[in-house]
Amino acid sequence: MERIPILRMGDFLLVTIQVDMHDRLAMTLQEDLTRKIAETGARGVMIDISALEIVDSFIGRMMSHISSMARVLDAKTVVVGMQPAVAITLVELGLSLKGVHTALTVEKGVRYLEDAAGARGRGRTNGRHPK
Amino acid sequence: MPVTSTIGLGEVLKKNRESLLADWSRDLAGALSRQKDLIRDSELKGQCADFLDQLIRATQSGEVANIQGPHWAGIRDLLNKISASRAVQGFTPTETATFVFSFKKPLFGRLKQEFGQDVEGLFRETWSASLLLDELGIYTTDVYQKSRENVINRQQREMMELSTPVIKLFDKVLALPLIGTLDSARTQTVMESLLKEIVASGSEIAILDITGVPTVDTVVAQHLIKTVTAARLMGAECIISGIRPQIAQTIVHLGINLSDIVTKATLADAFEIALEKTGFSVVQARPEE
Repeated sequence: MERIPILRMGDFLLVTIQVDMHDRLAMTLQEDLTRKIAETGARGVMIDISALEIVDSFIGRMMSHISSMARVLDAKTVVVGMQPAVAITLVELGLSLKGVHTALTVEKGVRYLEDAAGARGRGRTNGRHPK
Repeated sequence: MPVTSTIGLGEVLKKNRESLLADWSRDLAGALSRQKDLIRDSELKGQCADFLDQLIRATQSGEVANIQGPHWAGIRDLLNKISASRAVQGFTPTETATFVFSFKKPLFGRLKQEFGQDVEGLFRETWSASLLLDELGIYTTDVYQKSRENVINRQQREMMELSTPVIKLFDKVLALPLIGTLDSARTQTVMESLLKEIVASGSEIAILDITGVPTVDTVVAQHLIKTVTAARLMGAECIISGIRPQIAQTIVHLGINLSDIVTKATLADAFEIALEKTGFSVVQARPEE
């Protein structure tokens, strides 16, 4: 079965969605991602949807679910690179993805995650977090 | 017999072409005296002559009842042209239809002369001629209406294009001055051009300035919120500026919740916030004297 790869980058997980999402794939991603966060103790998750051109209400809800689940597991989520057409569709569907942080590019997404993790992890001394 | 009667009308027209034309164009010039500056006499006379020629040709075919028929294509084309040009020249629908209706008087006069004592024939011909001219007159009005609608549609399109400029104010700061009422179609265009520009310029902040929006009701507010939400989904923040006191009152009275959105009274205030958020500040270079 096809899966969406989850890459680890230091303290963060990177998910790049490059294919059209169907419901089964979305559910698999949700499971894989939560497991991976728990395994690695990741502090942030970045979902790059710049190649995603079609969304429906299910995928929209999945994004906000993933974000909520990650928050429960103590990881920040940022969605980056949303296409204008996707944004308009989500708004028309009435999904404003409240509580999901968004960024225009991967670079800005990383900066947000670093800031968020840095602000929280300043007291830690095990050196796991860069800078 | 209907056949003889229709041929009768065609023949009357043909025989009296010159005198009909003279009478008609004189009447018409009188009726349209107010519009002297809109159309030249020679042009009007030319149109009359064309119409008469086409009418003669069409009536000789023998088919008078149905002006949608193939014999009437020529006259329909002519009326299309005349009505369309009238609509552009600024004639009223009445004045446009008068062009056809005013032909009744000279025509009925000639019919009376031709038929003389034949009351029955006169009545028959007058009736069919009257029906025919009525139909042609109404047809002119239809065409006039259509060309007017075309003008309106075109203007609407042009307004749509004019009214949605996205301006780059500063590095990573966009401004969108909204002017006029926001309906669904315009919101769609505004949203699309804004989101496209956000991607193209990599902007982090967009300022929606509603100084030029005359009224904000629930629908307009809904559209604004949609635009702001869409921009946020893309990763850009929106500030709404240019909220006039009356509009602030309306928003609160209508119970519209804008608490998730940063709002400012003027574009200048919004710009300052935008600079702050992107890490810039404005400093006075020279002390005031």
